[in-house]
Amino acid sequence: MNAPLGALDRPNSYIGRSVSRPNAKRLLAGRGRYVTDLVLPRMLHAAFLRSPYAHARISAIDLSAAQAMPGVRLIATGADLAKLCKPWTGTLDHFRGMKSPPQFPLPLDEVLWAGQAVVAVVADTRAQAEDAVEAILIDFEELPPVVDVDAALEPDSDRAAAGLDDNLCFGLKLDSGDVDAAFAAAAYVVEEEFHFGRHTAVTLEPRAILADWDASEGRLTVHHATQTPYQFQDLYSRHYGIPEASVRVVAPDVGGSFGMKLHVYHEDMAVVGLSVLAGRPVKFVADRMESFISDIHARDHRVRARIALDAAGTILAMDVDDVTAIGAFSSYPRTSAVEGNQVVRLMGAPYRFRDYRAELSAVFQNKVQTSQYRAVGHPIACAVTERLVDMAAARAGLDPVAMREKNLIPDDAYPHASPTGYRFEALSHEKCLKRLTVMMDYERLRAEQAELRASGIHRGIGIASFVEISNPSPAFYGIGGARISAQDGAIVKVTPSGEVRCLISVTEQGQGTETIIGQIVADQLGLPRERVRVITGDTEVTPHGGATWACRGAGIGGETALQAARKLRENVLSLAATVLQAKTFELDMRDGVIVDLMTGAERISLAEIARIAYFRSDTLPPGTSAQLSVAHHYAPQGYPFAFTNGIQGCHVELDTETGFVHILKHWVVEDCGRIINPLLVDEQVRGGVVQGLGAAFFEECRYDGNGQLTNGSLADYLVPMACEMPDIEIGHVETLTADTALGAKGCGEAGTAAASAAALNAVNDALSPFRASIAQIPMTPTRLLRALGKI
Amino acid sequence: MTTLRPLSLMVNGETLTCFAEPRETLADLLRRGLELTGTHTGCEMGVCGACLVMLDGAPVHACLLFAVQAEGSAIETIEGLTAKTAIADLQCAFHDRNALQCGFCTPGMLVTAQALLARNPQPSRAEIRDALSGNYCRCTGYEAIVDAIETVARRRAAGEVAAAFAEEPA
Ligand code: FES
Ligand code: FES
Repeated sequence: MNAPLGALDRPNSYIGRSVSRPNAKRLLAGRGRYVTDLVLPRMLHAAFLRSPYAHARISAIDLSAAQAMPGVRLIATGADLAKLCKPWTGTLDHFRGMKSPPQFPLPLDEVLWAGQAVVAVVADTRAQAEDAVEAILIDFEELPPVVDVDAALEPDSDRAAAGLDDNLCFGLKLDSGDVDAAFAAAAYVVEEEFHFGRHTAVTLEPRAILADWDASEGRLTVHHATQTPYQFQDLYSRHYGIPEASVRVVAPDVGGSFGMKLHVYHEDMAVVGLSVLAGRPVKFVADRMESFISDIHARDHRVRARIALDAAGTILAMDVDDVTAIGAFSSYPRTSAVEGNQVVRLMGAPYRFRDYRAELSAVFQNKVQTSQYRAVGHPIACAVTERLVDMAAARAGLDPVAMREKNLIPDDAYPHASPTGYRFEALSHEKCLKRLTVMMDYERLRAEQAELRASGIHRGIGIASFVEISNPSPAFYGIGGARISAQDGAIVKVTPSGEVRCLISVTEQGQGTETIIGQIVADQLGLPRERVRVITGDTEVTPHGGATWACRGAGIGGETALQAARKLRENVLSLAATVLQAKTFELDMRDGVIVDLMTGAERISLAEIARIAYFRSDTLPPGTSAQLSVAHHYAPQGYPFAFTNGIQGCHVELDTETGFVHILKHWVVEDCGRIINPLLVDEQVRGGVVQGLGAAFFEECRYDGNGQLTNGSLADYLVPMACEMPDIEIGHVETLTADTALGAKGCGEAGTAAASAAALNAVNDALSPFRASIAQIPMTPTRLLRALGKI
Repeated sequence: MTTLRPLSLMVNGETLTCFAEPRETLADLLRRGLELTGTHTGCEMGVCGACLVMLDGAPVHACLLFAVQAEGSAIETIEGLTAKTAIADLQCAFHDRNALQCGFCTPGMLVTAQALLARNPQPSRAEIRDALSGNYCRCTGYEAIVDAIETVARRRAAGEVAAAFAEEPA
């Protein structure tokens, strides 16, 4: 279904051009409009009393003192909100056997993690609401918290929540080929136990929501800092029993999301109910402490894995056991099992072996829920695979590059089916590896490393190949029963002055969605980019669609815009043909002017066509249909996912006395298919790499034995800062997907997918002269000194 | 705790008299009381830099200062710095280099950059990274921000003056 690409490849095409983002100017001038900034008339503020215990029964609540506090308008408990809001359960049908306790906006009688919201106070100001929270008296009866995953899986373990038969949320086994035979026949086997810490998104703008229930019209408007307004329109409608057409969700400027702001949070659901109860707009903005104890956390895996090799270093088989701790509930509506599922399916993805076995256990415990955050599952699968490949290379006496040359799926071997059940249309691992070694000047780095080792300087070089999932079809959520759209919709219309507006369902959180959609529409129509305005993030005006997650904005949203623009162009040219008494196929539109296709001679401007269509239809021949607005939807077809690939390199220096690692430089070669705007792609990749390096070296939600988060503030939880981060060099290979005319795939998760793996390999490379190694991230100085046997 | 105190200060060149609770931070006063929402809060404990404003010409964390402590001071926020075109060249360079994504850190980044270039007109990349060590950005990976500041330092050294930022076409 690959249409001729003529227009996409023109020398002056907007597609493939680095243009800056028109909508960024507002942000630079301090004129961003984030939900955090919004104020509505008669708006009230919510604050929440939170559980001090990881697991407890609520035995009594005394609100009398709080109710008498100044400014208090409303106090609501779990029981109050349960009368309005249907509970939800975070399972998907295609994850067979999955279970999770039902969830309410606020708990009825049992709290399941330290920090869970228990009672809501609504007051004139946030400070007053917080003051009143202090005056609420609750008797908690402490219950034993489940904190350790192994203990949680013991048959006689305490349960993370009442009503659970056991603490296994979801288990999955994959088995293809003959793994036992492959291991039995192996020349050698390398194995390792890996630990991946919990970390969290730490968007600079915290979660923010402003719900406005208008009883007179039965309308709910929610200003919500989210990636997925349509998903929330559906959820608010169904759980509060409000007709979908009466629910409007607006996502204005959003201060970062990375997957974190597309889950249902208890406070957010509560705020809708609070607005219904108060009959006034109610706003809630999580403060940073609340973010740490209520935003989803991510990762938290213990993986035992081994690979079998023949004597020449060819990978034969892989065997994986992943235990992941997901908190007390599976999150909703996307569940907390997707990450584990992707971990076991992405293992070994760049390599050629056929025999594969994996077991996944997603385990309940009394901590914050984990769920999808940037590069879901990828960093785990990538780090495990790539570290084992390096260990295998060392055993086989091969350089890591040679090891990969030997085992990567060759570029001419596509399409390729992975033993884990994925189908790859066309990837470019070999090209990317070659490109990376050139960019890194790999040989020179190795020579320099050897020289410096002699003088006591310990540098490490790590590389990591990866595969990234993008452009998901309904195979992702739709088939599991979740009302999460895999298609997108766009309305493209010509204004009476001959400008164009594109209203599209994909959303913007600063990655440049509106910019690339504008480039595509301008390009396909033949208009200057300045004359196209793109509008996103409001369920009232844009068509229903999946919005922005799992790397679908460019691939699916972009294709939607392309097809919509092509349709509109046909309409414009056919109308112009009528006006000019010409043939449609003899005309073209360039720079906003209809011209002769062959000679380029100007015939009539788009503005003139629009003027005639809108104001002088009387001058058109009878029966002329002037359709200058087009609505169009596109759902991915063909492959269930458009996989992308790439490789990263990391260069570090390890101070063996202090355990500190200095990241010297990082490289990425990435293949996301057709690049619409290189400037934006590169910055997506860099931002992603830094999130991966954060996980590799700094970020970890630390809990004590009672299930208390001990570092829940931005002063205690370390995030990567400018002074610790290296310059990142980026190269591209472009292997288009043939499933769309545009040929674009995702790039938003590529950086995060492999950065921590490359860093892990680099640090282990630096440790190798000491016969020391590490298989845990973050690689903190303490852990590194322990690995070196110094403490 | 909730009695309002009168307070007079200069904000973006205008002398104002307003009322603030003693516990109200300068960030809250600017954002809520004065509707200057370009000053953001990301941590409210002085570590993220989203709330940086100029106080008597030097950057301060508006989240760490009580509003009443700003009595008699001159405050400049992103809105004021933009209006008087003091940072137009930085804004242009950030825009051209795509040194922002969600933009939530951006006003604070610009304040830090302006202060850095005032005290060290030609900083090295390492010095720029060091100066940004109190400005958290989750989106960009920092490199583009470092590039943009480096570009402006070079342009300022060459005597280039930028046009007002808002007047330029996209
Ligand atoms: S809000 Fe002031 S430094 Fe973070
Ligand atoms: S651009 Fe989003 S935090 Fe910096």
